[in-house]
Amino acid sequence: MNPMRRRRLILICMLVLGVGSATALALTALRENVNHFYSPSEIAQGKAPHGRTFRLGGVVLEGSSKRDGDTLKAHFVVTDRFENLPVEFEGILPDLFREGQSVIAIGMMNTVGLFTAEEVLAKHDENYVPAEVQEAMEKGKALREAKANGNLGS
Amino acid sequence: MMPEVAQIALILALILAVVQATVPILGAHLRDSAMMSLARPAAYGQFFFLAIAYAILTHGFLIQDFSIAYVAQNSNLALPWHYRFSAVWGAHEGSLLLWVLILSGWTVALAALSRSLPENFMARALGVLGIVSIGFLLFTLLTSNPFERHVPPLSDGNDLNPLLQDFGLIVHPPMLYMGYVGFAVAFAFAVAALIEGRVDRQWVRWSRPWTNVAWAFLTIGIALGSWWAYYELGWGGWWFWDPVENASFLPWLVGAALIHSQAVTEKRGTFAAWTLLLAICAFSLSLLGTFLVRSGVLTSVHAFASDPTRGIFILVFLVIVTGGALTLYAIRAPRLASAPPVALYSRESLLLLNNILLMTAAAMVLLGTLYPLVAEALGWGKISVGPPYFGLMFFVLMAPLVWLIPFGPLTRWKGDSVGRVWLGLRTALALAAVVAAISWVTHQDLPLKAIGGIAAGAWVIFGTLSFLLQRIRKAAPGRRLTAEMIGMSLAHLGVGIFVLGVVVTESLNIERDVRMQPGDVVEVAGYQVALIAVEHREGPNFVADEGIFEIRDDGVLKSIQHPQKRRYLRGQVMTEAALDAGFFSDFYIAMGEPIGTEGAWAVRLYYKPMIRWVWLGALMMMFGGFISAAERRLRQTVKTRDESEQPVETNLADLPERA
Repeated sequence: MNPMRRRRLILICMLVLGVGSATALALTALRENVNHFYSPSEIAQGKAPHGRTFRLGGVVLEGSSKRDGDTLKAHFVVTDRFENLPVEFEGILPDLFREGQSVIAIGMMNTVGLFTAEEVLAKHDENYVPAEVQEAMEKGKALREAKANGNLGS
Repeated sequence: MMPEVAQIALILALILAVVQATVPILGAHLRDSAMMSLARPAAYGQFFFLAIAYAILTHGFLIQDFSIAYVAQNSNLALPWHYRFSAVWGAHEGSLLLWVLILSGWTVALAALSRSLPENFMARALGVLGIVSIGFLLFTLLTSNPFERHVPPLSDGNDLNPLLQDFGLIVHPPMLYMGYVGFAVAFAFAVAALIEGRVDRQWVRWSRPWTNVAWAFLTIGIALGSWWAYYELGWGGWWFWDPVENASFLPWLVGAALIHSQAVTEKRGTFAAWTLLLAICAFSLSLLGTFLVRSGVLTSVHAFASDPTRGIFILVFLVIVTGGALTLYAIRAPRLASAPPVALYSRESLLLLNNILLMTAAAMVLLGTLYPLVAEALGWGKISVGPPYFGLMFFVLMAPLVWLIPFGPLTRWKGDSVGRVWLGLRTALALAAVVAAISWVTHQDLPLKAIGGIAAGAWVIFGTLSFLLQRIRKAAPGRRLTAEMIGMSLAHLGVGIFVLGVVVTESLNIERDVRMQPGDVVEVAGYQVALIAVEHREGPNFVADEGIFEIRDDGVLKSIQHPQKRRYLRGQVMTEAALDAGFFSDFYIAMGEPIGTEGAWAVRLYYKPMIRWVWLGALMMMFGGFISAAERRLRQTVKTRDESEQPVETNLADLPERA
């Protein structure tokens, strides 16, 4: 093998090795840091994982938001207008957090069926509804209609 | 009447863009000088009409013409006059108009300053810019017309989004756009080169300052956005790996790679095809960024209310521009053969490594940003990628890059010995080790990773300083330091400062959310923060609750802070954080929300050591970009004495193919 070829071979091997390890690392890192999204209905159906962080989205139920007087604890209910899920959060809620408005909370389910949020997300624009939340609300609506029709039929 | 004039001006600009995009390119093909000479007047005329349209929209805001729907949505009678200028780009339609205007401005500058370059090459480059302009003008006219009337006219407007009523936002978008759009010049040069089928070092050299300037603008644009998010959004962080932030960061990374590879192509004639590819990538990612921000396909805290047709339009345009350029590249690039190989350790190799690391980093950011879209398309459910992914990947890829920086400028082209370069860097390494040791002794709580980061930052700073010292000591008088070297060194010093800022602020910051009522004192980082009172305030278009806080250092008053919670006329609530800013630490106080009935508030108290260094580093990188663009050598298109050993023009296609 002439030196030119050998160098090229080494270069190619290094490249394959580099790209391979970078991809492997990226995919592992991705898998560990991905948060899935679930709506209250999906959680009620038991689809959400236990002991893992995920994102919950929906609308803050009117009249459900309560703040503790002595601590930074806040309680509210997230709904997709079909199922409701109580959420607890300790900290400062974003400026655009409002009852009847869409919200995304990141956290996990605790043992008593309460969602413990580590983070509650805000947005820039009050007209903006995150795509996931919009879809969740539509699904909730479909479920509600299906149920209403089912009741009529029976 | 005025908005209709603007509308006609936009249409005329579109017609001129079509002329600019077709006739000169065809003329260059037919070698018809008259057709090629149309490029410049078409570009000037287009700018003229766009400037008219833009001036009319600004005028509409100034005189509060609420018969224009866009003005009515983004302004109102109480809006202070200086925000009426910036309100022009406060929402989608106007910011798009600004985009096109800036593109046209870059085209005019290019047209006016490029007379020394070959006519047929410039005809093609200006034609390519015309194509880009057509796309965005059509986009403006068809999907996002800022001059649409509101019938009947409103008596008062809706108000500008309060988040945008701020100095940071007045300057952030124009700077960002200057950067995004500036890469269009490098893109146009690359496509023109591919059409011609050869890379001419004369214009690679000539295009370098343009890339540097675009990159410098992008740097300051991103830094301003980060600074604005820090003090205005009330989150207290400087970077969140949000999709929209990533969208601006991607072209920045590729632009940084492009700056380095253009240097190699200009000076050594190698990397030619790679440089063209990077130029195409940088601008394509700018377009992708526009698509991501404007289409709302990604869930982002930055996302604006979106319209799917807009997203599809940009996507189609992106496919045409990028796909076209890449196809051309695939056909033509193999003809651009590389120059002779170099030694394993040489400046070329180091810059290649720089490019590989920067591009891999860009690929990782792109992967993390688009992964949710891919996953959804493949039915893996709705997911989002958390900041830890980006943090980890970035650390892995950028750590080696940072450690390599000081070697680059000291290493010779073609080949060098590691030992020789190393001799010049021993002192720098020793000093970096001393800094790391001192920080470890004074801050025992620092994690090992942070100590490594501090050492890396100090190493870049001392290594760059050693380079400067060696130049001053050894080089012949008059050639000691060129603008290019000063700019490069300043940018590298900026990287060092940035790394120090990031590492220190990320590992030593204190974030506390507490309940406070007047009279309460909270201890943070050795300071006592007291809430004295909460008072009512009224602004021109908002009412506010203002907290009055005293920060004391062992009882000695350090400063009094006035954070506000504002409610704007439109009903939006906004946090105005108060900052006790210092070179070595920031104190950050933000009002959360009232709690209970005793006048208590949720309060956010942050102590951020050295966070200013993050932006200071970015500022130095920006100045570095501007200063190196001022290099006189790069503006000369005639052969000079200095480079008599190198032919000025290398027709790379004529070089023998590498075996």
